[in-house]
Amino acid sequence: MPYTVSRPKLTFSEKAYFPAIFAGLGITLRHFINILSGKKKVTMQYPEEKWDQNLPAHYRGAPTLVRDEHGRERCVACQLCEFICPPRAITIHPGEIPIEDRWRKVEKFPQEFQIDMIRCIYCGLCEEVCPEQAIFLRKDYAITGLTRQEMVHDKKKLYELGGVMTGLVHKWNDKK
Amino acid sequence: MSAPSELLNVQIDGIWHQFQKGTRVIEACAQAGKFVPHYCYHPKLSSPGNCRMCLIEIGMPKLGPDRKPETGTDGKPLINWIPRPQISCAQDISEGMGIRTESPMVKECRNGVMEFLLINHPLDCPICDQAGECQLQEYSVEFGTAGSRFLEEKVKKPKRVEIGPRVTLDDERCILCSRCIRFMKEVAHDDVLGFVSRGSHTYLTAHPDRLLDSNYSLNTVDICPVGALTSSDFRFKMRVWFLKETKSICTSCATGCNTIIGTRQNQVFRQTPRENDAVNSAWMCDYGRLNYHYVNSTDRLQTPQIREGQELVNTTWNSALVKAGEELKQFSKDGIAVVASAKMTNEELWLTKNLTELVGTSHCDIIPRSGAADDILMSADRNPNTLGAQLIGLTGEKPGLRLKDIAEGVRSGTIKAVLALGEDLTQIGLQADELKKLASLIVLDILPTETTRSATVLLPSSAFCEKRGSMINIKGRLQRLHRATQPPGAARDDWEIVRDLIQKLTGSNGIYLIEDVFKQMTDSIPDMNGLSLSRIGDKGVQLVEETEEAPAAI
Repeated sequence: MPYTVSRPKLTFSEKAYFPAIFAGLGITLRHFINILSGKKKVTMQYPEEKWDQNLPAHYRGAPTLVRDEHGRERCVACQLCEFICPPRAITIHPGEIPIEDRWRKVEKFPQEFQIDMIRCIYCGLCEEVCPEQAIFLRKDYAITGLTRQEMVHDKKKLYELGGVMTGLVHKWNDKK
Repeated sequence: MSAPSELLNVQIDGIWHQFQKGTRVIEACAQAGKFVPHYCYHPKLSSPGNCRMCLIEIGMPKLGPDRKPETGTDGKPLINWIPRPQISCAQDISEGMGIRTESPMVKECRNGVMEFLLINHPLDCPICDQAGECQLQEYSVEFGTAGSRFLEEKVKKPKRVEIGPRVTLDDERCILCSRCIRFMKEVAHDDVLGFVSRGSHTYLTAHPDRLLDSNYSLNTVDICPVGALTSSDFRFKMRVWFLKETKSICTSCATGCNTIIGTRQNQVFRQTPRENDAVNSAWMCDYGRLNYHYVNSTDRLQTPQIREGQELVNTTWNSALVKAGEELKQFSKDGIAVVASAKMTNEELWLTKNLTELVGTSHCDIIPRSGAADDILMSADRNPNTLGAQLIGLTGEKPGLRLKDIAEGVRSGTIKAVLALGEDLTQIGLQADELKKLASLIVLDILPTETTRSATVLLPSSAFCEKRGSMINIKGRLQRLHRATQPPGAARDDWEIVRDLIQKLTGSNGIYLIEDVFKQMTDSIPDMNGLSLSRIGDKGVQLVEETEEAPAAI
């Protein structure tokens, strides 16, 4: 249905057009002087300066694998992250923990765990789906490399980035 | 068994149905479209009724003072409901029976049973191979509750027990349904499994002096509704939800058990039986099930090769086929022998038969394979398609009779060219140096053998899981194979290679698809008239009258 749009009534100075232009130029000039005199600073000199200290706790950087305070690798190679990963960046080769191992009760571990950081979209679904609290998105965001191979994070690299995380649930106690 | 014609009236959730007399209550519910959850019940085994998951409400017709059923206003009998729930797996229906599968009491029973079953169950789904096809997971979602009210310590039981050479047992996961015990007793006739201890400490174990080492042990893994029995071969290899499932048949013996091949990223991870009452019921033997590892071998032949002097050198398909064609043209009719394999599909065998007719040789046969038969599934004939080779005419009544002549012909020099399809000629007594003397040895195979090393033209072909086609099992049932994975490297389908060989001798033969091969084959073989690959269906068709005595393998 066609209908009439009500137009605002303009005053004379608004119709005259020029006062608004000068008002705008005035704002620009004020910023120009403030920046020139060093009163205001807007550019961060990355990479000399970094914003890392101010990243929020929920920041989603590179996905990593973590160990707990007992030094146990938390991942049990259930492959749910491999399943959920939208760009299919994760590849896991599961293995069996030998019977002599201290953590034999867990039975299963990732022989190899690869995340292709060219594919990763930092969505955090792997962290969300993990039933073992083993994979976390940490604050590393500058993931670079000179070759494609270098951009595939293997298990060693993932634990290096992830480090130790404390205060997690321990569901593989002998009593449980 | 009562007369099959007698129908009984049964009310299920308020609707009256008719079922054959002798139907189990749980089966009647299934036929009426009402699913009753169950663990211990298996249609192919006896019913002990010990899991209590299939509890439902049952009622019998209300009898008046004259002992006649009272009828309601609708003319149907009134039902006297039994006040306590009943199991549905261990009793048959009776006339006028009433069943409730969705009443509040039934729902509460299921919820309670799930809670009991999960009390001592370890929450180790992340490491359990059954996860994804676990009925405990499925029913827990559907009938259970989100949390547990159990505060005490769980009962500890043996874990990671190698109960047999191919089966790993985790007793903590076991819900004591006894399906495996009944299978071993009733189907495998090897009663090695049993429960020991009492109460919640009951656990499954093998007889102290025995292992679960029957050739049918892996079927217990299939029927285990939870992750208590898992396959040692498949253990921790791949999660089941990644597996692409392809319907096929087992090619390790002439029984032709129906299978599902589980693959991921072009790699075969497992084979499981597919139900077909005309062939294998719901089972298959461990030998056939695990006989797939060679498919994933790194030794697989991947590139066509031709002999130049002492060396086999890689070449293109066209030049290899041209050379093979030229070699075949050089020799007169009976200077050529064709040794085919009954591991080939009907389509491949039929094209091979065409090729032998084209070159005009009578030296053609298959190599018979035999082993010990058992009374369950395994057949003495270890070739999956002997009947197909006989029907197509590549071999006679007794397979392998012409092989002696072929071997002698090669030794004496009357046979100068041999086409070996999927078989190693050392099996017919020829030595490597004798094979090397042949002017032409064209070999189709998937793995290196003495014959492939002596070949003049080597054509890499496909394994059973890499091709489409059909085979005829020992009972005369025509069944289909489907392609689950791609052949490695430049390897091709066998039927395409044989077709191309024929084309090198004659020019085009109008065959572009495997359906074309099948069509031409069915047109020329009276027993197959009117069939097509799609018409065979997933469960096969009976082609020749079932014989009491299977054809003798040599």
